[in-house]
Amino acid sequence: MQYTLLILALPLLSFAVLGLVDAKWKPKVAGTIGTTILGIITILSYFAAWQYFTQYKVDGVYQKVIAFDYEWLRFNDLLHINLGILLDPISVMMMIVITTVSFMVNLYSLGYMKGEKGFQRYYAFLSLFAFSMLGLVMATNIFQMYIFWELVGVSSYLLIGFYYTRPAAVAAAKKAFIVTRFADLFFLIGILLLSYFTKTFDFGILTSSNANVFAEATSKTFMGFSMLSWAMALIFIGGAGKSAMFPLHIWLPDAMEGPTPVSALIHAATMVVAGVFLVARLFPVYVVFTPEVLHGIAYVGAFTALFSAIIACVQTDIKRVLAFSTISQIGFMMVGLGVSGYGGHEGVGYMSSMFHLFTHAFFKSLLFLGAGSVIHAVHSNEMKDMGGLRKYMPITNWTFLIACLAIAGIPPFSGFFSKDEILSASYSFSPAMGGIMTFIAGLTAFYMFRLYYNIFWGKEFKPATQSENYHGHGNTPHESPFSMSSALVFLGAVTCVAGLIPFGHFITSDGVPYDIHINLTVASVSIIVALVGIIIATYLYRKENEIPEKLAKTFDGFYKAASHRFYIDEVYLFSTKKIIFNNIARPIAWFDRHVIDGTMNGIASSTQWVAVKIKGFQSGQIQQYAYVFLLGTLLVAALVIFLI
Amino acid sequence: MNFLSLYILILVLMMMGLFLSKSRKQIQIIMITGASFLLLLSGALTYLYLTERAAGNTAEMLFRADSVWYTPFNIHYSVGVDGISVAMLMLSSIIVFTGVLVSWKIDPMPKEFFLWFCLLAIGVFGFFISIDLFTMFMYYEVALIPMYLLIGVWGTGKKEYSAMKLTLMLMGGSALLLVGILGIYFTTGGSTMNILELSKLKVPLEMQRYFFPLTFMGFGVLGALFPFHTWSPDGHSSAPTAVSMLHAGVLMKLGGYGCFRVAMFLMPEAAHEMAWIFLILTGISVVYGAFGAIHQTDLKYINAYSSVSHCGLVLFALLMMNQTATTGAILQMVSHGLITALFFALIGMIYGRTHTRDIRLMGGLMKVIPFLGVSYVIAGMASLGLPGLSGFVAEMTVFVGSFQYADTFHRILTIGACASIVITTVYILRVVGKVIFGPMQDKHHETLTDAVMYERIPVIVLTAAIFGIGMFPGWISSMIGDSVLPLISQFIR
Repeated sequence: MQYTLLILALPLLSFAVLGLVDAKWKPKVAGTIGTTILGIITILSYFAAWQYFTQYKVDGVYQKVIAFDYEWLRFNDLLHINLGILLDPISVMMMIVITTVSFMVNLYSLGYMKGEKGFQRYYAFLSLFAFSMLGLVMATNIFQMYIFWELVGVSSYLLIGFYYTRPAAVAAAKKAFIVTRFADLFFLIGILLLSYFTKTFDFGILTSSNANVFAEATSKTFMGFSMLSWAMALIFIGGAGKSAMFPLHIWLPDAMEGPTPVSALIHAATMVVAGVFLVARLFPVYVVFTPEVLHGIAYVGAFTALFSAIIACVQTDIKRVLAFSTISQIGFMMVGLGVSGYGGHEGVGYMSSMFHLFTHAFFKSLLFLGAGSVIHAVHSNEMKDMGGLRKYMPITNWTFLIACLAIAGIPPFSGFFSKDEILSASYSFSPAMGGIMTFIAGLTAFYMFRLYYNIFWGKEFKPATQSENYHGHGNTPHESPFSMSSALVFLGAVTCVAGLIPFGHFITSDGVPYDIHINLTVASVSIIVALVGIIIATYLYRKENEIPEKLAKTFDGFYKAASHRFYIDEVYLFSTKKIIFNNIARPIAWFDRHVIDGTMNGIASSTQWVAVKIKGFQSGQIQQYAYVFLLGTLLVAALVIFLI
Repeated sequence: MNFLSLYILILVLMMMGLFLSKSRKQIQIIMITGASFLLLLSGALTYLYLTERAAGNTAEMLFRADSVWYTPFNIHYSVGVDGISVAMLMLSSIIVFTGVLVSWKIDPMPKEFFLWFCLLAIGVFGFFISIDLFTMFMYYEVALIPMYLLIGVWGTGKKEYSAMKLTLMLMGGSALLLVGILGIYFTTGGSTMNILELSKLKVPLEMQRYFFPLTFMGFGVLGALFPFHTWSPDGHSSAPTAVSMLHAGVLMKLGGYGCFRVAMFLMPEAAHEMAWIFLILTGISVVYGAFGAIHQTDLKYINAYSSVSHCGLVLFALLMMNQTATTGAILQMVSHGLITALFFALIGMIYGRTHTRDIRLMGGLMKVIPFLGVSYVIAGMASLGLPGLSGFVAEMTVFVGSFQYADTFHRILTIGACASIVITTVYILRVVGKVIFGPMQDKHHETLTDAVMYERIPVIVLTAAIFGIGMFPGWISSMIGDSVLPLISQFIR
């Protein structure tokens, strides 16, 4: 399957070409090239997926296929970085997700970004992102993954900061890059530690569940945990940074400063699930050798899911609501992996997590693109500038509703099936975990419908002339152009049917297909909880009324804390600005100038001082020299006389 | 005539041409022709070296030539190269070539400027091709002296102070070095100055204990070893652009190269014993330099501190004394040389337009000078170690190599060094976000013009080299790695 190399090469080529010609070509040309190339690799990916799932099942097990391999950099006889393409069920699934959503976003952006300055640059960056993300999921070894991991980081940086003249966008881009890079440091150290003990970067060897590989790493311990646990925990921190797990989530809401299609692609569907993918990729190691780390992942995931769901209930910027909802859903995926066992029905958590990743990518990008369509129409991100838009934007309304139902977990939409599997896996892990996750599912339904009603129902839309963001293009909002709405319709259709895919036939923890059974008890409980959430939201937000205000007043302290995102950003700001900048960098700069350099200058000036003091000895006066000479002679003579 | 001596010959011819030249035009023609020849020569050398190695020549040094120079002390003019020197020569000729273009319109006294510039280059090239200890030291001194005048005359800001400081500190270093070199010479019996022969004779261990630190520190001063790095921020910020490029790009590498080829190679036992002291110092350099850079507001100061951090990593990796780390150190020298030269070139071009280097007074330059803006972002990304650019390759090789020691001491230092990449990200993005992105700060900047042809070429050449190493590191890494092996086997024993 060598042709899969094209899936990587084409977007790279497109990036290089579009990046180099930049503004010399017309925007339309750049957009068409970018979109066409994405279209081509989407077709290639589907073909590859079809070929893989039909031809590479040997004895009922999906094989790992190395489609391409090239030794890129050799460190020593054992360690070398290869660049290659690994095809296995999860990488093929990710290929489909990435290319499909990327293609939709490219298409959608033709309309959304029309007339923006730097349109060509935007398409170049989108291609760069597609290349890096595909390279990440196809990586044959952990170092290749790290390479592409950094590259998606930088694509994200460039795209968040696309409107580079806006200070907020620049700050958000910077924050995203620094926070994820901080997490990547742990990832790197984890890789170094793992490779030191296992002598390999290769996923094939690492995930073979061969105990010999890890013998040394498990036998050495540090502070009560084996070296392998440390390495795997460090690697997870890297994943947590990218996937915005608490407490490294702070960059994601700010990342919404980027253009909305970018948020849909990078910060909802693909890049932010890289952490989940990383854990899934190394799942055999986690589950067999370091279950304690895996359980830790489940708890981190559950806490993050709860924490961000609460915040999502009170945000007023529609993209921020979606951002927190994304964090929460990624928490679900992490929980799915964390509670999973290995093989067959034990591994249902793994399967469900991947399933949720798959369905979430589509309905969440649909939500973002829908939000983008709304923002495009009313020129504001704030809920207060919206309301009653269902009359003006029917396509957006319906597709958004579908996505909301999907994320809330209402059958037959896709989110129901995947979330339900996660819930049943959580219940079999522990009832408490199941209960919490069900509660969060209810919260999800509530905040999503709060969002939905605030945009499309609620108060009637008034052309918001008083709003600063409104530029006054026509008086009424209108439906978006064809390129945008076609993407919405397509994603909406996928959201309706994706849940019916027999996912267990394709992706399981051990590569052996099996049939999913819906656990009726769990399913009915979760549907009821979701309906309750929706009903409460309907009661509060469908028509404009006083109750939400009153509720906010009643729980004043909590409401404020939640809408300030529990002050986590402030804590970070304090620790970076006050501690690192003022108490480390500044004293070091001072120390360098005054102490170290002062010593050097001190040596110089003391030399000078001594020189000034002793320069009198060389006065050039003959009388003085004669005098000293005479004195010296007398002294020597005296010494000779007395001593001898 | 030996192939390698062409480096010196070309530069001497260039100097003679400059003496005779009458107009700026002639000077420019002489310089660009000569610099292009140097670049071609390095390309040819790399090619010939690789074919020779592929043909199975396993001699330690290739293209040897030797003629006696001063018999009483057995000083020879002796040249030869291995993979390490080939890489350094390639780097030097790229920097010299781009440096010439960057100083295309240097004012005043272009003729004198370029004369000193060529003399400096003679020192640099001579140093890298020499394998005679004394000749090497002589070239080293030749490289230092012109720096004083280049900064003192053509510099900016408090240039006299900086020039004096830089020269005195580096001269102090070479005083230590001279003692070290003479020590090596006499303790091995005073029969040869040739490094390869010296390595076979043994410096007695008790003598190594005196002369290793002297030699290492002597070269270390030039490699910005903490706490002898303070010449670097002042020196770089006062120097004219091309001199900053040459200085940070190549001259600082003389330090690392010397530490390895002279101090560690000839006195391996003492290197083993004392590595820990210098590991701590260089570890401090790495982190301290990065933190120092966070607080600066002058673009050149930021880059100078960044150089302290990155050059610290070179010495740090050398002291790890294994093949991977040492290869990484050499790669880091090449990579840092290219990146920092690109930075200084861009800073010079930006300064030439805005007449300020204070990041608080600039903003949003991407909008008016996109070419320089994009290049600056690329340089920044390379500096913070983005994959696909040379910094990543070098840093990862260093880290993987350093991680091969399992004891706590090495682990802590290595993790500290790894942490510097995050700090680097902070100061790079701070500058990029402030100066290149963001809103315009100054109305006068709205009319700036983007880079012209003779400015674009050096930027493109450096960027291409950075991308080249970053995307296809295999050949250079193996070229260096193969040459490191015989040297490193001295310590491994």
